[in-house]
Amino acid sequence: MITPVIELREVSRRYDDGPPALHEASLTVRPGEAVAVLGPSGSGKSTLLNLIAGLDRPDTGTVTVDGVRVDRLGEAGSALYRRSKIGMVFQFFNLLDDLTVAENVVLPARLAGMARGEADRRAAELLELLGIDRHARAYPGRLSGGERQRVAVARALMNRPALLLADEPTGALDTAAGQDVSELLTGLNAEGQTIVVVTHDLALARSCTNRTVRIADGRITEDVRSQAVGSQVTASEAVR
Amino acid sequence: MSALGKVVRSGVGRRRVQTLVIGLATMMAVAASVLGGSLLVVSGAPFDDAFARQHGAHLSMQFDAGKVSAGQLSKSKDAEGVSSAAGPFRTATVTPRSDGAGPGWPMTVVGRGDPGRDVDEVALLDGRWPARSGEIVLSADSSLIPTMGMQIAFPDLSSGPTLTVVGVARSVTQTADAWVVPSQMPALTAPGSGGYQMLYRFTDAGTTAQITAGGRAVTKSLPPGTAVGEQSWLTVKKTAERDTAVYVPFLIAFGALGLVMSVLIVGNVVASAVGTGTRRIGILKAVGFTPAQVVRAYVGQALIPAAVGTALGVLAGHLLAVPVLAETGEVYGTSSLAVAPWVDLAVIAGVLGLVAVTAWASAWRAGRLRTVDALAVGRTAAARRGRWAARLAGRLPLPQPVALGLARPFARPARALAMGTAILFGAVAVTFTVGMSASLGQVMKARAHDAADAVVPAPLPDFGPQGPGSGPEKQPKADPAAVAAAIEAAAGTGKYYSAATVRATVSGLTGTVNVIAFTGDASWGGYTMVSGRWIDRPGEAVVPTPFLAATGTRIGDTVTLNGLAEPVTVRIVGEVLDPRNDGMQVFTDATTLTAAHPDLTETSHHIAVTSGTDVTGYVDALNKDLAPLGVTARAGGLDAGGDMVVTLNALSAILTLMLVAVAALGVLNGVLLDTRERVREIGVHKALGMTPRQTIAMVLTSVVVTGLVAGTLGVPLGTALHGWVIPAMGDSVGLRLPGSVIAVYHAAELLPLALGGLLIATLGALPPAGWAARTRTATALRTE
Repeated sequence: MITPVIELREVSRRYDDGPPALHEASLTVRPGEAVAVLGPSGSGKSTLLNLIAGLDRPDTGTVTVDGVRVDRLGEAGSALYRRSKIGMVFQFFNLLDDLTVAENVVLPARLAGMARGEADRRAAELLELLGIDRHARAYPGRLSGGERQRVAVARALMNRPALLLADEPTGALDTAAGQDVSELLTGLNAEGQTIVVVTHDLALARSCTNRTVRIADGRITEDVRSQAVGSQVTASEAVR
Repeated sequence: MSALGKVVRSGVGRRRVQTLVIGLATMMAVAASVLGGSLLVVSGAPFDDAFARQHGAHLSMQFDAGKVSAGQLSKSKDAEGVSSAAGPFRTATVTPRSDGAGPGWPMTVVGRGDPGRDVDEVALLDGRWPARSGEIVLSADSSLIPTMGMQIAFPDLSSGPTLTVVGVARSVTQTADAWVVPSQMPALTAPGSGGYQMLYRFTDAGTTAQITAGGRAVTKSLPPGTAVGEQSWLTVKKTAERDTAVYVPFLIAFGALGLVMSVLIVGNVVASAVGTGTRRIGILKAVGFTPAQVVRAYVGQALIPAAVGTALGVLAGHLLAVPVLAETGEVYGTSSLAVAPWVDLAVIAGVLGLVAVTAWASAWRAGRLRTVDALAVGRTAAARRGRWAARLAGRLPLPQPVALGLARPFARPARALAMGTAILFGAVAVTFTVGMSASLGQVMKARAHDAADAVVPAPLPDFGPQGPGSGPEKQPKADPAAVAAAIEAAAGTGKYYSAATVRATVSGLTGTVNVIAFTGDASWGGYTMVSGRWIDRPGEAVVPTPFLAATGTRIGDTVTLNGLAEPVTVRIVGEVLDPRNDGMQVFTDATTLTAAHPDLTETSHHIAVTSGTDVTGYVDALNKDLAPLGVTARAGGLDAGGDMVVTLNALSAILTLMLVAVAALGVLNGVLLDTRERVREIGVHKALGMTPRQTIAMVLTSVVVTGLVAGTLGVPLGTALHGWVIPAMGDSVGLRLPGSVIAVYHAAELLPLALGGLLIATLGALPPAGWAARTRTATALRTE
């Protein structure tokens, strides 16, 4: 039996006195899957992502990622968990403007205590793989939106995470750049990377994931597996 | 509520921590200013303040009761130039013996029915005024240690009254050592002795000539030869100021430090608060606020916490000032010092004015910004600064959070400079205070000559034929040779010397000087040399700096001491630090005076016990041997000047703590602003796996460089300030201070002092670091 990468059991989360942001949600994601989480604004998508990433804790239920009970972790434990198991890609990139591209990418490895030489080599590999190695010494402010998101993806992959989480990764990009990122994610998944993408973008969901989870009012209303759309495109091909 | 009011209220409420910091910093600044300002006022004219409050006597005169009547003296109140007068009061010079206090020295007792009002209002420090015979109030300056309930006997008087101490008081013009009800006086007056005291205030009493003229006018209406002594308030003032003048520069330095620090921190806090609100101001303009409304809104947001802080600061300043001024009042010889209302008003107006002006200046700039530019503030600024530092730090073999923190000051150089300046002032204050405390200790040590483990005090020095020690009640003198023999024979005696005091005149000088004649080697007794050397043979003398200045002599010159059985010429071989008796003292060997003053019976004996000897046990054993001789030994040196040193050290500690707290608040404010601005960046770091411990390390490291640099600069600056103030203190009383008083910093102390800057920085940065570590990552990532 294959151990799931993500296992949520009847997870609920409520903020203050409002309605539940997530209500008794259960979800299992196996290694190599690419899952799109769809839903309107306020449906609970980001809450689900935050709970998986260890950025938030459920009121009830359990969250297990790659064998780690995320809902039981404290702040320090969550940080170590994110460092070792999770790579995150944000809508607005969240790159540090005062660090170069290479310095941004190497940051998670350095936080994890990886030796400088090894971290630099790994970063160079990723930058080359993602086609942005020529920007290694540039500052993020000089890059296009698509290039910045590639840097963010490179940074997310730095510590070889079991799970790549992407929160509206094309939300701040134009169509061409969005397509570029979509192909990148497809390629990564084709190479075995487990991915969860939270998005409004139905096209993105169709193009780079093989499973769609819909959320409405904090409840999972649909969970559909489709054909492995990314199997035809590798990451290396995607960047060409 | 108007739109403007809502904006102000929401602005204050939204930034609660910053509001708190503004309030706290303002409170600290105001409290320090109230205290510092009050001390400046008090240090300016402490005696004048007390003299005015207590309606001190311009001239107190002693009359022979056998030659003038009370009625005649009462008429002297009408003499020309006398504005008011008190008396006549009966006086007597008596020698007390208190229970458990050993033999006493002669004291002047005055019979007064009440503490007085219009002239020489005696201030009661403790207890109450005597209501009946058998009760006595002691002066706080009395040679007897005033203790409530203490029984005092007068064995030399035939009636042998025993009085109970019911109060402790102080006369600003030092008109008596003790007071009793008038009906008590006959029992305290030996037959044929006693006198009257009259206290006068004159219309004009600002100069010695005016006092002399007033005295002449008073005595003109009285039989000749009735006045046997007088004391001008100018003489007392000079004596009082001699004691306090040393400390005025200290108080001024601290007051000035506090005020400068207050200005710095308030300006920094408010400017930072306004600066970080620029984008919000842009939003306000975007929704329709006029530039003037924006300015008013932001000035109001700064003024509200500042006003609350000011009110609390005034309260705290008063609470702090009460005990401090009470202690200072004790030092200054007055018991009624208080915070002057104008100090409060000046501080309130000054600080709030400063806050308003600073806020207005910053808000005015923001008000003039184009809305679109104001909105862009915070999104685009500062990102380009300090990249070189980030790159450099990244190459260092340091953990990533440390490298990120080290580079941070270079991204916000102005803020780092402001924090560094606050730390710098704190480090200067700490360095200055440590040095000041050490120097004061050295001065007190030199003043007290208290190196001895035990001392046998001398009887009262010979005051001459009119002195309080004369007459039939004078105590028999102990034989110094017998005392010395007892000391010599006592087990545990290491070394000892004797010191006898006589008075002499010096050609060209008015009045007398104290000549202290030593038997034995007194060089170990705590005498601090300024220059030259200690006496080592008869005919040599060392003198304080004021003596050299008054006589126009230098080391190597000779002076002749007159007024003794025969003139004695001594050669000055050294300059010694001793501010007592206005520095008009001559220290020489006893054999120098053998022919001129063979009767050196008023001698104190100073003993150092052998190593390992218990001083208390030694003193107890010695006292058994000394009992038949009528003298008593006690542990410790002659006079440590303890109360004053304790007060000044406590004062400096309080002021330093306040300054350090304000400095740390400055850092807190700066780091808080920084972490707030970087909350999204911190969120990114945490999302990438930065642990809370690493987050704290990053924030704390961001102030390490600033703290170290400021601390390192603060030490030499504090040392320089100390090196400037201490000699100024000496100059104010005509003393040249030796290296041992000025060079009090040791290499081992300088390193911890330099690290003090780092400590202040860490203390200030710790709360924001904890806040950054606790901030929920998801929340931080959503923050714009």
